[in-house]
Amino acid sequence: HDLWRWLYSFLCMMGCVRSCEVIIEDIITRMQDDKTGGVPIRTVKSFLSKIPSVVTGADIVQWLMKNLSIEDQGEAIHLGSLIAAQGYVFPISDHVLTLKDDGTFYRFQAPYFWPSNCWEPENTDYAIYLCKRTMQNKARLELADYEAENLARLQRAFARKWEFIFMQAEAQVKIDRKKDKTERKILDSQERAFWDVHRPVPGCVNTTEMDIRKCRRMKNPQKVKKVSVSFWICFIFFNITFLNLQIDRHCLKMSKVAESLIAYTEQYVEYDPFITPAEPSNPWISDDAALWDIEMSKEPSQQRVKRWGFSMDEVLKDPVGRDQFLRFLESEFSSENLRFWLAVQDLKKQPLQDVTTRVEEIWQEFLAPGAQSAINLDSHSYEKTSQNVKDPGRYTYEDAQEHIYKLMKSDSYARFLRSNAYQDLLLAKKKVSVGKDMLASICTS
Amino acid sequence: GIPWPPAEMAWQEVSLFAVHQVAERVEALGQFVMKTRRTLKGHGNKVLCMDWCKDKRRIVSSSQDGKVIVWDSFTTNKEHAVTMPCTWVMACAYAPSGCAIACGGLDNKCSVYPLTFDKNENMAAKKKSVAMHTNYLSACSFTNSDMQILTASGDGTCALWDVESGQLLQSFHGHGADVLCLDLAPSETGNTFVSGGCDKKAMVWDMRSGQCIQSFETHDSDINSVRYYPSGDAFASGSDDATCRLYDLRADREVAIYSKESIIFGASSVDFSLSGRLLFAGYNDYTINVWDVLKGSRVSILFGHENRVSTLRVSPDGTAFCSGSWDHTLRIWA
Repeated sequence: HDLWRWLYSFLCMMGCVRSCEVIIEDIITRMQDDKTGGVPIRTVKSFLSKIPSVVTGADIVQWLMKNLSIEDQGEAIHLGSLIAAQGYVFPISDHVLTLKDDGTFYRFQAPYFWPSNCWEPENTDYAIYLCKRTMQNKARLELADYEAENLARLQRAFARKWEFIFMQAEAQVKIDRKKDKTERKILDSQERAFWDVHRPVPGCVNTTEMDIRKCRRMKNPQKVKKVSVSFWICFIFFNITFLNLQIDRHCLKMSKVAESLIAYTEQYVEYDPFITPAEPSNPWISDDAALWDIEMSKEPSQQRVKRWGFSMDEVLKDPVGRDQFLRFLESEFSSENLRFWLAVQDLKKQPLQDVTTRVEEIWQEFLAPGAQSAINLDSHSYEKTSQNVKDPGRYTYEDAQEHIYKLMKSDSYARFLRSNAYQDLLLAKKKVSVGKDMLASICTS
Repeated sequence: GIPWPPAEMAWQEVSLFAVHQVAERVEALGQFVMKTRRTLKGHGNKVLCMDWCKDKRRIVSSSQDGKVIVWDSFTTNKEHAVTMPCTWVMACAYAPSGCAIACGGLDNKCSVYPLTFDKNENMAAKKKSVAMHTNYLSACSFTNSDMQILTASGDGTCALWDVESGQLLQSFHGHGADVLCLDLAPSETGNTFVSGGCDKKAMVWDMRSGQCIQSFETHDSDINSVRYYPSGDAFASGSDDATCRLYDLRADREVAIYSKESIIFGASSVDFSLSGRLLFAGYNDYTINVWDVLKGSRVSILFGHENRVSTLRVSPDGTAFCSGSWDHTLRIWA
């Protein structure tokens, strides 16, 4: 499975595949394929004329729901509207490109006009098009208000070129007249839909707008390269070797990973406001900031205190927890480890120019012979740190800090959780929010 | 001969069986009612990026027209605004102290603006230029201090900078194309971060050495967003290939894919709820999909934006998330 995935990635790399557009084009192609259950494309009789090659919006919505496994009609309409907005399918009687779930008629866009061809039509092209439209005396081809405004603006902008534009328009009209009537109807509508994408109705989303970070690569789509068989064989062998290397690496079993992720979410689910409603209320929903006021106060809630017991990181992360932890250790005259850890954290937050001074200060207070708050490092770490101090930097005490962290976790932190100070905080709130019977059962359990 | 995996190896360990199978025993989530609780209007063009302040209510947002705005999103009041000298401000970040913001984009730089409440002072006057890249700035983030900034750029590199001096502390080379996003590991002691790029790779870096520790390449297109799972043991990614994926650092592999046949537009930004159970993802089809991280199913689809969702972040206490869009607005959802 991994192997096929990499072959596909390789193809992407060679520029053969370009994600989103390819997927839409595939959907559109399938939709038009009557052999494989596409939408029914019909010619509809209307008064004295025929409307060639149309489908209804309802048919498109139904097809999307069936073929893309969409349960919700609203979702299918939304997706269909986006496909229309991109210009792959369009309403024959509207400039606004959106999909309606009813009998409104739509036509498929010609692949020639698809966005994947990287069209970047110029204003002169648009001017020629609008000019051409005014030459065609058909009611259905009359310019909309915004189009008339656009034309007026273009006439002013291209005043000097206008004769050339006019000539181009005339030439196009001449060619168009030679085409079959039905064919012209279809082509005219497709050309109009093309401009509805590239010069949208004011107020509509312009779907040709691009993310500037992706623009550069769009302009240089990589050509498909022909690759020799021997290259493919080497490529496959390389990937097998790589796969084996991955297997050999000391990795945690998938089942253990899944269990670990599940355990974490289960532990924190009561703190997740999206799953367990926040108490007293979610400020965004109730418009009452009480929750935040409570959190700002120095009195931690029982739920907050409970969280400190999950891991030492939780105590260190919470300023109130950190303060409680420090106070407890100070009461036991064993706070030097935590203070060292905090000092090193602080060192890493300093601007570069202050680093050397801080390194020296930390050395003097915690590590120098006869230091006031001497911490207990094993000789190896001490040696290494002494060396590091000679070239002071933000990571001078990294190894020492790691060692002290592990020590605190197994010693200081464990003692803190067992301490009266912590237990009182943990149970104090329970006394308030829980009835006497409940309290009895909690204490004995 | 061909180095084939040994027969005695438990094939199960290599196959792509995901978290979902193990999570079958986990209780399903109930119905969610998530609505837009605030709409922030004020940008004159596409909103490209946003970040939360640690106070859980203020945010900074940046847009295509060069405007960077600081809002108290609870009241929807604009508190500060500055116009950058360039367009497409694709990156912005709030300093941990709440006293400064950083931003950048097509100017190839990351600049820091101290936030002042003095009405007479012009915010732009105190601007400090910190990072210099050779292509657009795509992402920036303060480390756990106001003094260092981590940046990602279209020049294919990430970099760590000292804010005071503007000095480059460490650079990170390895991506084969534009780097589009980054996220710092949530650990108190960690010195790592993850980045995603147009080379379809997600890479985990050691900030100290500048080395790439781990690399993941399973997406079929650009990775627009990466975000750590709250425990720091995994991270999620959103890509132009219309999927989001979960990668576990200990298993050193992809462990889940979040996709649907009907989702065909790229995912632009992702973030987890506080417990990691939900993954919120903003897409280029104007919607936000909410995924059950463990079960792999979609829990909810949120409509509302009228153009691409370009940025999405959950608030620091997880009570809401904010989405920014090309429709010029930001929305707070809860």
